[in-house]
Amino acid sequence: MKILVCISKSPDTTSKIAFTDGNKQFDENGVQYIVTPYDEWYALVRGLELKETLGGNLTIITVGNATDEAIIRKALAIGADDAVRIDADPKDAYFTAMQIAEYAKSNDFDLILTGKETINYNGSQVAGMIAEALDLPFVSLATKLAINGTTARMEQEIAGGIQVVEANLPLVVSCAKGMAEQRIPNMRGIMAARTKPLTVVAPAAVEDLTTYVEYKLPAAKSAVKMIDPNNMDELVALLHNEAKVI
Amino acid sequence: MTILVYINSSNHLAKSALEAVTYAKKIGGLITVVATGSVDEATLATLGEYGAEKVLVDRNVSTEDSQQVARLVAKAAETTGAELIIFSHDLVAKAVAPRLSVRLKAGLISGAVDVPNTSNGFVVKVNVFSGKAFGFVAVNSAKKIISLLPNSFQPEKTGSVCTVEAFDSESGSSTIKIIETKTPEGEIPLSEAELVVSAGRGLKGPENWGIVEDLAKALGAATACSRPVADIGWRPHHEHVGQTGIAIRPNLYIAVGISGAIQHLAGVNGSKVIVVINTDPEAPFFKAADYGVVGDAFEVLPKLTEAVKKFRSAAH
Ligand SMILES: Cc1cc2nc3c(=O)[nH]c(=O)nc-3n(C[C@H](O)[C@H](O)[C@H](O)COP(=O)(O)OP(=O)(O)OC[C@H]3O[C@@H](n4cnc5c(N)ncnc54)[C@H](O)[C@@H]3O)c2cc1C
Repeated sequence: MKILVCISKSPDTTSKIAFTDGNKQFDENGVQYIVTPYDEWYALVRGLELKETLGGNLTIITVGNATDEAIIRKALAIGADDAVRIDADPKDAYFTAMQIAEYAKSNDFDLILTGKETINYNGSQVAGMIAEALDLPFVSLATKLAINGTTARMEQEIAGGIQVVEANLPLVVSCAKGMAEQRIPNMRGIMAARTKPLTVVAPAAVEDLTTYVEYKLPAAKSAVKMIDPNNMDELVALLHNEAKVI
Repeated sequence: MTILVYINSSNHLAKSALEAVTYAKKIGGLITVVATGSVDEATLATLGEYGAEKVLVDRNVSTEDSQQVARLVAKAAETTGAELIIFSHDLVAKAVAPRLSVRLKAGLISGAVDVPNTSNGFVVKVNVFSGKAFGFVAVNSAKKIISLLPNSFQPEKTGSVCTVEAFDSESGSSTIKIIETKTPEGEIPLSEAELVVSAGRGLKGPENWGIVEDLAKALGAATACSRPVADIGWRPHHEHVGQTGIAIRPNLYIAVGISGAIQHLAGVNGSKVIVVINTDPEAPFFKAADYGVVGDAFEVLPKLTEAVKKFRSAAH
């Protein structure tokens, strides 16, 4: 079983979100980057569990600059066997996906896993784009994944329920909550990660389909209106007459 | 502009489908809808009231198979000469729109919250950083795809029924097999809910959720919860909202016994109105709230439920 797990960096969830350069750039000042939680907690850990029971190899891949090697080492410390970094700024989802697809084309993976979305751009685009570029079936936002021979069985959350589906390998799956439990790397893992192979690959030429031109912070909330806990009729009246939501 | 809207309603037209057609109408142009699913023809024809000129329907395509749906939408786009393709940002769109982007080399905007600004190129406002900021994204390609965040536009009727035509996209057979579908009876799916009652660790234990469910029932609301509550198994995972759960933007979000951590707020700060009920007047959630009640959930919730019932019965 050859598994490829796509990981990306996201600002730490407590980061203050601010912009510089006339609101054209995300302000990285003081921002700590982490492995995107969906990639780490669900895609990577489920990939490792499958590798541990079925045997094989798990490669992680990221599109990013040399500074992103910290997140690569973290993923290696959790248990990935080796890593690939496509040496480029991940300009948009299309660019990122095309780079990963280009690498995957010549490496015959049985299973390609991603997290459900990044927590900075929240696009949920990369996995589907990789699948299309490789002409593979794709199951999005899976909450469970089991492999039996060459068949994968997955659960997905659909509007108000759960759907169980099957597809044949090779396959692309994006992973959501329910897949696995977070793993904390131990000292042995951290030591081993230092010497695990990391291949740096030059990017392919890909056109820019989209460009972020500006950012804006939402308008500040007006002050909260406090209601007497013994006067819930007033709250209901306000929700009806003032807020007009009921 | 020639616009194609994809919808995938199964037994009735989802509100998000009506929103997507209304959104296309607001952009303006010739609007064709391409549909999968089992909604009958007479119902599909009502999409004309929201602005569609025509509905194409292919009943042989399996909504679960993003490859098949992408082939269908690509063929419909080719047939109609569409320059812009619109989805509602749901589970199916999240699988199909990225595929279509690659297939058509069309720039994809996910999570749009406004109509495109065409004064200088084609720029669309989207939610980024889990709702903590907005981004403005330019699409550089000739063909464009927008996946619209649900509850950003309300459906508006402007026209009359339109024609519905069968469309054979010859998109092959499905590579995804459905084994089973489990849909709990009577629950309102969180992503579609306009009213949401959500509770956190302040409720002390799963046995205490009765008062939360009572309020949700009185309001006709869906229920949600904070992450720790789902993690310790008090509530099912699909109710977990926040940065690492699902992001929702209902008209009303009532948060009970939730402190308002930044990761929780990230998933709910798109809500139109937020009510916070918490014993601690210093709880950070009050800063993000429109209405606040400092009080014990176990006393306040039953009173609120009574007040809602009184209001509802007076209204009818
Ligand atoms: C990477 C990362 C991602 C995360 N993602 C998410 C996410 O997606 N969603 C999420 O929710 N959290 C997330 N968290 C966790 C988040 O930081 C908080 O720990 C969590 O939201 C707290 O949940 P809570 O408010 O239910 O519990 P607590 O913080 O324990 O708050 C309980 C609240 O209940 C109040 N209370 C107690 N008794 C009563 C009573 N009788 N009546 C009324 N109020 C009462 C207390 O005053 C307190 O404010 C994430 C954390 C990390 C590090």
